[in-house]
Amino acid sequence: MNTSPATVAPLLEAHRLAFARNDEPVFGPLDFALARGETLLVEGDNGSGKTTLLRVLAGMLPASEGEIRFGGMPASNDARNGQMVFLGHRSGMNEALSARENLAFLAGLYGTREGATIGSVMQEVGLAAWIDEPVGTLSAGQKKRAALARLLLLPGDLWLLDEPYANLDRHGIDLVNALIAAHCMRGGAVLLTSHGAVRFADPHARHIHLAA
Amino acid sequence: MITVAQPFADSSPAIMTARPGAWRACLALLRRDFLLAWRRRGELFLPLLYAVIVAALFPFALGPEPQLLARIAGGVLLVIVVLAMLPALESMFRTDLEDGTLEQWLLAPQPLALLALTRVAAHWITTVLPLIVVMPLLGALLNLPWDVLPVLIVALLLATPLLALLGAVLSALTAGARRSGILLALMLLPLAVPVVIFAAGAIAAAQAGLPYLAPLSWLAAALVLAVVLAPLACAAALRIAVEA
Repeated sequence: MNTSPATVAPLLEAHRLAFARNDEPVFGPLDFALARGETLLVEGDNGSGKTTLLRVLAGMLPASEGEIRFGGMPASNDARNGQMVFLGHRSGMNEALSARENLAFLAGLYGTREGATIGSVMQEVGLAAWIDEPVGTLSAGQKKRAALARLLLLPGDLWLLDEPYANLDRHGIDLVNALIAAHCMRGGAVLLTSHGAVRFADPHARHIHLAA
Repeated sequence: MITVAQPFADSSPAIMTARPGAWRACLALLRRDFLLAWRRRGELFLPLLYAVIVAALFPFALGPEPQLLARIAGGVLLVIVVLAMLPALESMFRTDLEDGTLEQWLLAPQPLALLALTRVAAHWITTVLPLIVVMPLLGALLNLPWDVLPVLIVALLLATPLLALLGAVLSALTAGARRSGILLALMLLPLAVPVVIFAAGAIAAAQAGLPYLAPLSWLAAALVLAVVLAPLACAAALRIAVEA
């Protein structure tokens, strides 16, 4: 039995992927594949190119060499946009608006996951009481949690998380690990970066190590 | 559930989740921008205040000559509006670049150019439209002949969206640069000159009792071109801004 390639192919593949800034190699060449239900942890010291790798995979930076395939097809903006949820160093939330207003805007752009509402996802990240406060008045850890709420609300299958543990306390780190585990259980895939100082829960996760 | 007509709805079959229609995304962006404008309504008041102050000072500086004022009023009001527009143009994409919202725009399943066009529309409605609304008051301060006022307003309704679209492209290009305000003004100047010439031409023709439709038609044609092309340029510039 042969099913269509889109269901068999890994969600994300990279072949000989490399990036150079002004002819200075930043990372690569890298080969990896990320299937549904898998977690890939990109480790490396500061300046080793973790964030750059994530931005290349998200299509925000053009790769210098190699190929990215998304669901078995060559990655294009049309193929991958809306299928990914990106959480970068910058929160992607306007500080003058409340978390509810920011999430409502993102939901308008991306749509929402089935059964998820802004109220329910804010409850899950433990910020229900701050839902109508301007994001600018929240603490750094609370801002991170508000940004994490996006992962639960938006429908994308591939999560690209840049240092999701930054600024979080012990409970926040557990929350991130629980979110990742639940997402993999329902068939999503997660690619995250970490400088390696936090406890990452999943023993089955695959690792890429970037050298500085 | 609200169902909205989706004129741009994509028809690609192999998507796992239903993408919101482009129309819904535009409405979400408009709602967000109006909300932000309302939170910062003090700032929005400044261009208006600037325009009223300049229009009020002009008669004092020129002396009590109603005929002179009436002759130059159209051109002066035009320049006042263009200058009042300038400071706000600079920050059209600034905060969105800094807080990472633009990254979310880029990865959204919506055409970036359409989001850029929506942003320009929201910007124009919140910062320029109030200036046009107070135009009868400013016209009265400068002794603008009443029969010229409608032509001035039509000229502004065509010229200011055009300038906002041109300004949006430059604003996207300079979004990553620090203190880009003066740079943007310098780059906009040569683009603004033809717009001002045609708008002023229409006003001068109306004042002289001549047909004024031709310059207005030129402005309208340029606006149509800009509505189509400027968002595409804007989207390309925003991608570069996020790359940097």
